[in-house]
Amino acid sequence: MLDACARLKKLPGALLPILHAVQEALRFVPKDAVPLIARELNLSVAEVHGVVTFYHYYLSERPGRHVVHLCRAEACQALGSVALEAHAKASLGVDFHGTTRDGAITLEPVYCLGNCALGPSLMIDEQLHGRITPERFDALMTQSRERS
Amino acid sequence: MKIYVPRDAAALGVGADQTAEGLVAEARRRGIAIELIRNGSRGLLWLEPLVEVDVGGTRVAYGPVQAQDVAGLFDADFMSGKPHALSHGATAEIPYLKKQERLTFARVGITDPRSLEDYKDHGGYRGLAAALTQKPADIVASVTASGLRGRGGAAFPAGIKWKTVLGTPGVQKYIVCNADEGDSGTFSDRMLMEGDPFVLIEGMTIAGLATGATQGYIYLRWEYPQAKAALEAAIAAAATAGFLGQNIQGSGKAFELEVRMGAGAYICGEETSLLESLEGKRGQVRFKPPLPAIEGLWGKPTVINNVITFASVPIIMDRGAEFYQHFGMGRSRGTLPMQLAGNIKQGGLVEIAFGMTLRELLYDFGGGSFSGRPIRAVQVGGPLGAYHPESQFDTPLDYEAFAAIKGMLGHGGIVAFDDSVDMAAQARYAMEFCAIESCGKCTPCRIGSTRGVEVIDRLIAGENAAQQEAILRDLCETLTYGSLCALGGLTPYPVISALNHFPQDFVKPVRASSAAG
Repeated sequence: MLDACARLKKLPGALLPILHAVQEALRFVPKDAVPLIARELNLSVAEVHGVVTFYHYYLSERPGRHVVHLCRAEACQALGSVALEAHAKASLGVDFHGTTRDGAITLEPVYCLGNCALGPSLMIDEQLHGRITPERFDALMTQSRERS
Repeated sequence: MKIYVPRDAAALGVGADQTAEGLVAEARRRGIAIELIRNGSRGLLWLEPLVEVDVGGTRVAYGPVQAQDVAGLFDADFMSGKPHALSHGATAEIPYLKKQERLTFARVGITDPRSLEDYKDHGGYRGLAAALTQKPADIVASVTASGLRGRGGAAFPAGIKWKTVLGTPGVQKYIVCNADEGDSGTFSDRMLMEGDPFVLIEGMTIAGLATGATQGYIYLRWEYPQAKAALEAAIAAAATAGFLGQNIQGSGKAFELEVRMGAGAYICGEETSLLESLEGKRGQVRFKPPLPAIEGLWGKPTVINNVITFASVPIIMDRGAEFYQHFGMGRSRGTLPMQLAGNIKQGGLVEIAFGMTLRELLYDFGGGSFSGRPIRAVQVGGPLGAYHPESQFDTPLDYEAFAAIKGMLGHGGIVAFDDSVDMAAQARYAMEFCAIESCGKCTPCRIGSTRGVEVIDRLIAGENAAQQEAILRDLCETLTYGSLCALGGLTPYPVISALNHFPQDFVKPVRASSAAG
């Protein structure tokens, strides 16, 4: 993390690039990281905390082995994403922002993945999947679990 | 033999990588030499993964091709363009594509987005070559004369923005590309960045020459990792070839470009909050004035335009303002890449001159709903756009025509819903979305959106319905006139249009679910 700070802090507007680097390396932005980043950038802890919590993408808790971003936006709604969302929550046994008990999957909402002609859509880690049915959702979750 | 399989995210989402791997493996097994090119998408998204074979210079399309279809294609001799159940004949002759007027998307799906040579072979960098021979004021004059208006949604004339930046003195100026394409139902920015990243780079470079800006940023949403990879590869290739850097094509002019990632905040598509975010802050909306053109990024004069706006500039510089201006109707000049989405049979990208009706787009291009049921409502212009009933389907796609029916074309997203839609749930979702995405700076948006959800809940529960409706309309008026930016200001569009056009959906006595939908 300090490496990311050292590498990026000279950039104008370095905070977001640093937070991205931290999340890329650790998969979330730990609370302990906030004062360190603040010190490196000569910002207040409140400013860094304010930024981390403003953006939906930054996770403050360690996620499961895979993060599933399920699209909630209108184009996916038009193809049944509301029912898919209910199925996803029920089959994983979690609400949004929750992690399955086996630590495999964290479910997050997302507002548009830019795949609006082939919805409903979701993203597993950085891989987009379209035309998701409840059956396909379950199959993808099984695959993800097997991928460790 | 050249075979094309898109690398576009939408194609990958339905298995294009597996199809490509299958083609390579099957060709090897049969001892056939193929050259696999990972192009952008042609925009016929219901046919993805769309495999194309180059047969004597004509590209023949097969789709949707899943990995398990590959052996059958070889058996049918698709390499010679022979018929097969998945064949669509010559790609360019497919009516969906043939009826379009592709100016900005001229190369998307045709070229290899990783190849600068391919870009140049297909007319790339001719706009920059023309711009390098002109004075900044002349470039700005061409953009103004073309009638190009901002394609992000607000439709502000691009030339006027550029002129302001050119006329504002400053030791450092910036070009910022808004690639935070957050509107549901839109994907044209993504397709363009993935399918033809060089045209965006060229457009931004021309903007730099036109205004004296030497540093550019592309603010890209995190949800688009393929676009990030495409842009970064293209920026590196352009820099190596001297199309970016301190001495562009030996002209002595400098322009550097960098991609910056967003972090999942819809509000950062609003230009001033995008600038705040680029500066490393919470994406909170700024008061205007000062305009970004005068005090933008780090307080410096800044051109901030959408991806499609910048990407439309090279063809204007190459073919002339007159050529571009010739397309369109009224004050909406040129073409708009429309995106057909939601419950639609043939979803995809349709770049056409302004003026076609919504109905033509939905039925002639879209082929009606995906579910086969009647299309009941269409949301145009993203989550802040109005819901239109069938009685408005004959409205021409033109900025002013949509404004006249209390809607907006926005970024060109068209989301179709069939007759199973519950419009009260859609209205509630619009308020909920505003509450989730509000930056919190102004009270009408921050608090009004939450109150809006509550009022709609009471309205659909039938608690003093007439009174609740009056409160909702009054609240929407407060949002419209009291919000700082378009998020709070336009959220009433989907809410009020749903209420006005589909009042019956708000009066059902018992609802199965009043949850988001």
